[in-house]
Amino acid sequence: MAKAVLMQGNHACAEGALAAGARFFAGYPITPSTEVAELLAKRLPQVGGTFIQMEDEIAGMAATIGAALTGVKSLTATSGPGFSLKQELIGYASMAEVPCVIVNVQRVGPSTGQPTSPAQADIMQARWGSHGDRGVIALSPASVPECFSLTIEAFNLAEQYRTPVVLLLDEIIGHMREKIEIPAADSLTIVNRKKPVLPPGEFLPYQPEADGIPPMPAYGDGYRFHVTGLAHDYTGFPSGANSTSQELIARLHTKITDHADKIVTFEEQQLADAEIAVIAFGGTARTAYAAVEMARRQGIKAGLFRPITIWPSPAKQLKALAQKAKTIIVAELNYGQYVQEVERIVAGQAKVVSLAKWNNDPITPQEMLAAITGAQAN
Amino acid sequence: MEQLLEKYYRPKLPHIWCPGCGNGIVTAAIVRAIDKLGLDQDKTTIVSGIGCSSRASGYLNFDTLHTAHGRALPFATGIKLAKPDHKVLVITGDGDATAIGGNHFIHAARRNIDLTVIVYNNNIYGMTGGQYSPLTPQMARATTAPYGNIDRAFDLSELAKGAGATFVARSTTYHAKQLAELVAKGIAHEGFAVVEALTGCPISYGRQNKLSKPAALLAWQRDHTVPVEAAARLKPEQLAGKIKIGVLHQETAPEYSAEYGKVIKQAMGGRS
Ligand code: SF4
Repeated sequence: MAKAVLMQGNHACAEGALAAGARFFAGYPITPSTEVAELLAKRLPQVGGTFIQMEDEIAGMAATIGAALTGVKSLTATSGPGFSLKQELIGYASMAEVPCVIVNVQRVGPSTGQPTSPAQADIMQARWGSHGDRGVIALSPASVPECFSLTIEAFNLAEQYRTPVVLLLDEIIGHMREKIEIPAADSLTIVNRKKPVLPPGEFLPYQPEADGIPPMPAYGDGYRFHVTGLAHDYTGFPSGANSTSQELIARLHTKITDHADKIVTFEEQQLADAEIAVIAFGGTARTAYAAVEMARRQGIKAGLFRPITIWPSPAKQLKALAQKAKTIIVAELNYGQYVQEVERIVAGQAKVVSLAKWNNDPITPQEMLAAITGAQAN
Repeated sequence: MEQLLEKYYRPKLPHIWCPGCGNGIVTAAIVRAIDKLGLDQDKTTIVSGIGCSSRASGYLNFDTLHTAHGRALPFATGIKLAKPDHKVLVITGDGDATAIGGNHFIHAARRNIDLTVIVYNNNIYGMTGGQYSPLTPQMARATTAPYGNIDRAFDLSELAKGAGATFVARSTTYHAKQLAELVAKGIAHEGFAVVEALTGCPISYGRQNKLSKPAALLAWQRDHTVPVEAAARLKPEQLAGKIKIGVLHQETAPEYSAEYGKVIKQAMGGRS
């Protein structure tokens, strides 16, 4: 039976991980993500899982990947500067195709910035933070219940597409307390990585199936396979061949982009007749619900598009939106990151306006309403 | 040896190491140790960092993980904690373990987690072409120390011991048989075990330091080492410039993954 409780976003994220079947956490304390680690330190051993506080952020990411290779669903959690440190090995997890989840409760940056103030300034770091070139999945919850459900979704996507998945919280959502009904375990959809059907000796650990994703044995299953961060062929061993790198790096992208229709999720509010569309995600979407309502009461045809999947981009949906709306306002807590992605996709089909804020405070409904009325007047 | 080749090496030879490199000897010592202990190949994982020595994981027929520079130990920590009944061996080089991986090294030692770390110490960054590492002797030449290296070197064994490693041993490629025995002892030891293997790099270290002949490197190892038992009877002046080999430190202390097993038991209220 589902029971309603009051819970913090970070805690809902930790509970979501447990519900997804995660049994390993390794990380390093950093504000404002610490509650994820603290709750898992208590909860994981209760279900036979393992928590370890590592010596630094990089080690937290490394241990997460190591555990994931043994077949255990694993995660780490961090904030801004810690996310920067983890990038080296997030790239490793992409290259070696190790499913795992990285929770990043964003804070103001660059550098140490403002540890306890909200920001959404790691949008581009989530996409391009690691060196090299790879496909990325990143999700952004806008409520406490969504912290729970999207953490499960993050694990499902990680397992299905054999890739690290980033959960982009912001301090607003991470520290917000809301009512949540924890669904019964048997009502949840849980995805597990596909295992090889071929026996050891015949199986090639990096040979993709038709969906672009290779099955994945666990260490200890008897496959004795090799994993490396070097460019590798289907056997998993390093290869310097042009064709190998060409195919591998392309597949790290296409195994995600080819399935974008299944991966991308979003929410639309009052967009059917909207002339002005606000795009907002995470904590900023909370403001947007209110601002759109206020605008409607003033007779302005405003609506909200909330990307839940930040990466891959909801390109198809944004293109369609640009055909309908006159103006698109991109509201975000940074100097203007996601607006560039929207401009790229919209490609001049609608007017794109940036509502960016980076002074430690959230965008208020009044500020957003002012942007909407401003767009209406123009 | 042919039997060992067949059983423990992947059909991946020839290896990438230069002629005269000591890395093959150290790797063979590890294989002999594994064979001596009769480890289950499906329950043994070999993790390595980046560098010449760290390519060894690719040649060995186990679950193997070639990680990122300096990061082998935290990857191995995750594996060991997720599979406490597995043996996890870590292959790393001197730069890998003590420079970029220095923090991971001391903390893995502090936890006393049951990993066996074999440090291939050739006193240099070989793969990147001969830059000085934290284990390059003072005044030795390196491509980044063209006037001689002024950095003071770590004593790896003292570092490991000071950080909490419960088994520390050292040998050389010249003493290949002893090296295999020490690796076996390190694997059998329950806790964080460090085996420092002095290995010759004729190309990146030797060429810059008048030791480009593999035989000269082996002779150097023979002439500059002394068994730890014999060292106990020598006067300080007789020990000057000598490196002790053998088991340098061993103690019993609670092992990390076993301790965490107790945490799980407690958290589950005695159930398991
Ligand atoms: S550079 Fe040195 S350590 Fe590397 S393979 Fe050659 S001889 Fe061996």
